[in-house]
Amino acid sequence: MTPPAGSLLWAEQLRKAYGPTLALDGAEFSIHPGEVVAVMGPSGSGKSTLLHCLAGIVTPDAGTIMYGGRELSAMSDAERSALRRSEFGFVFQFGQLVPELTCVENVALPLRLNGSSRKEAERAALTWMERLEVDELRKKRPGEVSGGQGQRVAVARSLVTNPRVLFADEPTGALDSLNGERVMELLTDAARSTDAAVVLVTHEARVAAYSDREIVVRDGRSRDMERAV
Amino acid sequence: MSIGHTLLGLLESGPRHGYDLKRAFDEKFGHDRPLHYGQVYSTMSRLLRNGLVVVDGIEAGSGPERKRYAITDAGITDVQRWLATPEKPEPYLQSTLYTKVVLALLTHRDAADVLDTQRSEHLRSMRILTDRKRKGDLADQLICDHALFHLEADLRWLELTAARLDKLREAVTR
Repeated sequence: MTPPAGSLLWAEQLRKAYGPTLALDGAEFSIHPGEVVAVMGPSGSGKSTLLHCLAGIVTPDAGTIMYGGRELSAMSDAERSALRRSEFGFVFQFGQLVPELTCVENVALPLRLNGSSRKEAERAALTWMERLEVDELRKKRPGEVSGGQGQRVAVARSLVTNPRVLFADEPTGALDSLNGERVMELLTDAARSTDAAVVLVTHEARVAAYSDREIVVRDGRSRDMERAV
Repeated sequence: MSIGHTLLGLLESGPRHGYDLKRAFDEKFGHDRPLHYGQVYSTMSRLLRNGLVVVDGIEAGSGPERKRYAITDAGITDVQRWLATPEKPEPYLQSTLYTKVVLALLTHRDAADVLDTQRSEHLRSMRILTDRKRKGDLADQLICDHALFHLEADLRWLELTAARLDKLREAVTR
């Protein structure tokens, strides 16, 4: 099969086993720029493995992943690392901020790693912190801010490189309803305004309701509900 | 929702015409389902008959007469009683879905498909509500939240049922 026209990230027939456990068994995926796709399914269904494969963190045993017209498995480790640093953004549930750095230094970190000067990186970081409504926390360290604030700082950091794909794995899993919703509002608004695609792994329907469509992963197989209807 | 009690409650702040009552109801509670004039007048006739409201005045105009209604003490007591009485939870709301799932299993159809399709429909509604909530005021947000939490509860049931389909198949086809 060939990727659907306009798709930014596309995968087919993905298989991945961890020992005797088959985590992915023919999973498929596709996403367009500016689209938010929720990946849902019960615990252990393979949704995080799918995200890790799509992001080039884990190499599938079989199957194809195409990103921007290039096959991910054909890239070298260095190329995939560069891709993750410059074109992909990541938000996870826990422990993403470096405790020793201030919030603005945390947000600026991906740009610093990509070679930007401190001044340049922190200026860009502050712009994103303002959008995520956490600019007043710039000098605080992660241990001094609330869970919801910390997660918004993490979202700002994930967006600071203007990624084309944002991978979010249970981004509101550790937050209460109000904070979770605010994070989702800000995250999806920010991503849509920059035309970034968002791969959103969640088991919460209220979080998935911020997506444009959902795919369901069960027993390592995926089902695109939009195409199924 | 009890339309009668809601209209009575709206009258507690002062007498109103039927048209004003409809407008206040639609603005505060109607949202997707505004009241029909017929509903307002038939409800007010019933409340009048039961002594919960009285006609406070009649305005004659070019059209039909406009009655102004006022709540009575009995009406205020009735509103109070209604507010103090909890609503009956509806534990068997899922019965149609349960029936569909069991029927699918009994007829050797794909029950997971039934659940997936329903999940997708629920999520579609949740997306509409989430969007409305984002664009709305606090009242909209609270009303949408109520609906969202109910849909979410249904979805949790769908997930749990999906995880237990094998056991359910065994149980119903035994």
